[in-house]
Amino acid sequence: MFDFILSWLILIPFIGILIILGIPKTQISAIKLCAFVTSLIAFVYSLFLFVLFDNSTSKFQFLEYLEWLPSLNLHLFIGVDGISVFFILLSTFLISVCILTSWNSVVKYEKEYYICFLSMGALLIFVFSVLDVLVFYIFFESILIPMFFVIGIWGSRTRKIKAAYQFFLYTLIGSVLMLLAIFLIYFEAGTTDFQLLLNVPFSEKKQIILWLAFFASFAVKVPMVPFHIWLPEAHVEAPTAGSVILAGILLKMGTYGLVRFSLCLFPDGSVYFTPLVYLMSIIAVVYTSITTLRQIDLKKIIAYSSVAHMGFVTIGIFSLNLQGIEGSILIMLSHGFVSSALFLCIGVLYDRHHTRMIKYYTGIAQVMPLYTLFFLFFSVANLGFPGMSSFSGEFLTLVGAFSSNTLVTFIACLGMILSAAYSLWLCNRILFGQLKIHYISNYIDMNKREVAVLFPLVICTLWMGIYPEIFLDVMHVSVSNILEII
Amino acid sequence: MYLSIIFLPLMGSILSGLFGRFLTPKGAAFITILGMSLACLISVALFFEVGLSGSPCYIKLSPWLDCEMFDACWGFYFDSLTVSMCFTVTLISTLVHLYSTSYMSHDPHQPRFMAYLSLFTFFMLMLITADNFIQLFLGWEGVGLCSYLLINFWFTRLQANKAAIKAMVINRVGDVGLALGVFSIFVVFKTCDYSVVFSLVPHVVGITYNFLGFEVDAISAIGLLLFVGAVGKSAQIGLHTWLPDAMEGPTPVSALIHAATMVTAGVYLIIRCSPLYEYSGIALTVITVFGALTAFIAGTIGLVQNDLKKVIAYSTCSQLGYMVFACGLSNYSVSMFHLINHAYFKALLFLSAGSVIHALNDEQDMRRMGGLLQVLPYTYVMILIGSLALMGFPFLTGFYSKDVILEIAYAKYSLHGTFAHWLGVLSAGITAFYSFRLIYLTFISNPNGFKNAIQNAHDAPLPMAIPLFILCIGSLFVGYLTKDLFIGLGTPFWNNAIFIAPENLVMIDAEFIPTYIKWLPVIVSLFGAVSSMLVFHFLKNFLFEVCIKPFGRSVYIFLNRRWLFDRLQNDLIGSVILKLGYNTTYKLVDKGVIEVFGPKGLSFLTITFSKQISSLQSGLVHQYAFIMFIGVTLFMTKLLVWPLFATLIDINLYFIIMAALMFTNYFVIKLS
Repeated sequence: MFDFILSWLILIPFIGILIILGIPKTQISAIKLCAFVTSLIAFVYSLFLFVLFDNSTSKFQFLEYLEWLPSLNLHLFIGVDGISVFFILLSTFLISVCILTSWNSVVKYEKEYYICFLSMGALLIFVFSVLDVLVFYIFFESILIPMFFVIGIWGSRTRKIKAAYQFFLYTLIGSVLMLLAIFLIYFEAGTTDFQLLLNVPFSEKKQIILWLAFFASFAVKVPMVPFHIWLPEAHVEAPTAGSVILAGILLKMGTYGLVRFSLCLFPDGSVYFTPLVYLMSIIAVVYTSITTLRQIDLKKIIAYSSVAHMGFVTIGIFSLNLQGIEGSILIMLSHGFVSSALFLCIGVLYDRHHTRMIKYYTGIAQVMPLYTLFFLFFSVANLGFPGMSSFSGEFLTLVGAFSSNTLVTFIACLGMILSAAYSLWLCNRILFGQLKIHYISNYIDMNKREVAVLFPLVICTLWMGIYPEIFLDVMHVSVSNILEII
Repeated sequence: MYLSIIFLPLMGSILSGLFGRFLTPKGAAFITILGMSLACLISVALFFEVGLSGSPCYIKLSPWLDCEMFDACWGFYFDSLTVSMCFTVTLISTLVHLYSTSYMSHDPHQPRFMAYLSLFTFFMLMLITADNFIQLFLGWEGVGLCSYLLINFWFTRLQANKAAIKAMVINRVGDVGLALGVFSIFVVFKTCDYSVVFSLVPHVVGITYNFLGFEVDAISAIGLLLFVGAVGKSAQIGLHTWLPDAMEGPTPVSALIHAATMVTAGVYLIIRCSPLYEYSGIALTVITVFGALTAFIAGTIGLVQNDLKKVIAYSTCSQLGYMVFACGLSNYSVSMFHLINHAYFKALLFLSAGSVIHALNDEQDMRRMGGLLQVLPYTYVMILIGSLALMGFPFLTGFYSKDVILEIAYAKYSLHGTFAHWLGVLSAGITAFYSFRLIYLTFISNPNGFKNAIQNAHDAPLPMAIPLFILCIGSLFVGYLTKDLFIGLGTPFWNNAIFIAPENLVMIDAEFIPTYIKWLPVIVSLFGAVSSMLVFHFLKNFLFEVCIKPFGRSVYIFLNRRWLFDRLQNDLIGSVILKLGYNTTYKLVDKGVIEVFGPKGLSFLTITFSKQISSLQSGLVHQYAFIMFIGVTLFMTKLLVWPLFATLIDINLYFIIMAALMFTNYFVIKLS
């Protein structure tokens, strides 16, 4: 049962897709059930990946190998280490959350919708487990396709077409450079196998060029200022589940790429460009936090704050020490929980009243106490409250960054103040204050399904905040290994 | 036992907060009070065991954030300092819980209120009992969060909303200082554990590290950064503006959080870090100056406030200044003593003020009170005792700590010591003045309130009266009873909890200062009290005359507007950031520059170019022929004539010429 665990993980969603294809279009509840069960099986199965993981070695585990193009020396190589295992877990987890959350809110093309999400689940596992640069590129890009459909078809307004195009083109233009870089690597080394490439010394000049090309792709995906404007646009137009996937996992593909490929393959390039990344990150943190303060769209607020949090992540990665990198991985995971949860919360409001403008919501604490509890909890988590997941990551990151550059840390700390300002301001605006009944007159608190969606996220957030050892233990060796390369 | 003191309040909070609906308000109140009083009893036992019997206790639960050298643990450390704080916190908290059952009895959200109070106590105990800086940070942020929730308790009020955000954000500024301090500690000491850090301090004297590009002395920098945290939490000058605004919360909250416990967290941090501060003269001097200025400035603002609770809030701020500068003068035990004493009489004052407000249907403006002496005699006695203890009336609780602080300041014989002493003495007079102004305006002057309110006013009911009585006893006797324990010469109580460098010790010098200096604080405060009564009773019109003269008026406005601190913060920081956030970053950059150079510009360029290029294909044969002619000519030139020019013309230039020709060609076509 556990021999080809990764292949099975990838196959399970595809099997689900096949079954769904067989179900007639009118049997909506069967489709939903099938999709949910499939994603749940994938999640539970992926837990075994975590359980069976041997955290005493930095080698890639659960390796699987498939000859693909022997004439070109291109092969499909998959395996996980202490970093990618979490992202696989996060993907399978969030896919089931997404499917559960769109239970009633998707009303057209349900079959296609769930197929999109299941295929995204499979592709994400590929992205995070593949050990070949070229194949990584292929799957990195292929995620765009289902996501493009999700935004373009199930988005909320007519502007969604523009948003979908922007999302697609931005990412694609960045990635083209990466493709060129991969060709360069291929012609230089004769292979694109990640593990082999670790032993290929690129000259410093080449590393700089290659690093920049990879960075262009990842920076768009992360996104770093000034390549970020596709993100608020895409978030605002995407359906709730789309936003969850986008914020929860797709952004992490960029930072994961930075850790896995930029740092490991081009250590000289990384060191050379550290100041640049620092500069872009602190600008991102302060700039987007300030911008967040003046947004009027609920989703835009969370989107901009995501950019700020990803700024912390990039600072952590390029602090190039253990605390920094482990902290940034923790932030990535915690952001996967917290911002997803916030998007889900906004989805709850949107499903009921079909608007995301702040001005229509005030004082809903009086009528939706349960909702208030959840929203407050995740807002507090979002501002980096100790004992919750963001704090573990943020604090470790900043400790790491402080060891390498105090000025950067100081400016990033301003982000801490601003994050408190915008999170609490948002809370106060929509939860507290006088209830406005002339816009919306009937309020319904969260139902059981919505609580069931959010509750696991609460558990994860608290768990990661109170006892992050479970996560840290697994990644220690792998991250140390990366540092050794540098 | 040691851990239950921390987790009982948490349990109470969870039960009453999440399941308050099933427990009924009474049940929730019962559970939280039960948890708190058990914690209080346990803390008495702890005080005996750890404090009096001198056996510190150290509990390590599990690792928390463990990453290479960075090792934050879930660990608890009980020494004399901890248990003294624990006892104060749990006692006041229990009393406030009890008080709230009556004060909040008409509120539909009472279970939630009790849950917040217990949660706050949990975080406060977490802060006190932490054995490393990270866990302290948890408690630190936690009390801030609870303060936000409690100020915001009546969440439909706009003022409460604003005050809550202000409290949290300004506290967050201080928190950043604390966080930077912790980072620095990690960089210098490679650990965040108290015991390791404090034992290593003597070995890092003179070591520098790079902070913001400057090589700075490690200990001083750490001390100052931690002090920024204390400034935020303990409402020292500069970051004090949140405290008076926080009075928007329910009064029990003000008593518990904004007087007795949370605001003293900053002072606690300084006392806890005494082994560190003792090695940095600069940090100590800065602390002294800040403390003294706070004591004075907050006092002067308190003189002209009209809100009953705000007067007491500024008085709290002023007293915190005393505690802080006592720390700055290396007298941590005296500061701690004042902290404990202050908790009693300030909680008493706030709870009595709450009783007045409760009696008058939530009227807080002193100008609409007066004449309550006949209506609320019990409350009057309580406020009187609290005020006397606060102003340091001989042999009441405040006297024993406040006077010692001032004596020590004088006995320091240094510039900052004397500065603190004179500002402190002045503030003592001011404290007495505004305390008695409060009493006069509320209880003694002619009744100015609504007849209806005064007729229906009733004195404190039993659940409110009992806490007042206990606190009153505390305000009367605690100072006298515990003076020798806490600050007696050669007391063994503190063990290793507090470290005072031998050269900074002035406790003995304080015994030898001139007698008139010793008498000065008492005389000044008595003078302040008497003059306050006289001025408000006999010279009220004269006071009014002074206040409407140009000079008097400007002074009055300056004080009434709180030395314009809020104005400065709002104008120079708040509104600038908000404007920046919309006009610059969002409108100009996000929707402007990046759009133009990004998607919008690209799509515009693509469309125009494709239009122009498509216009090349006009379908007119003579144009095509012309282009062909040019092309062939160029080709022939290349083939035949090129060798002649090859030495003269660069190959790159050739392309430019080609391109130029193409463009001329294109324009020719367009014109035609």
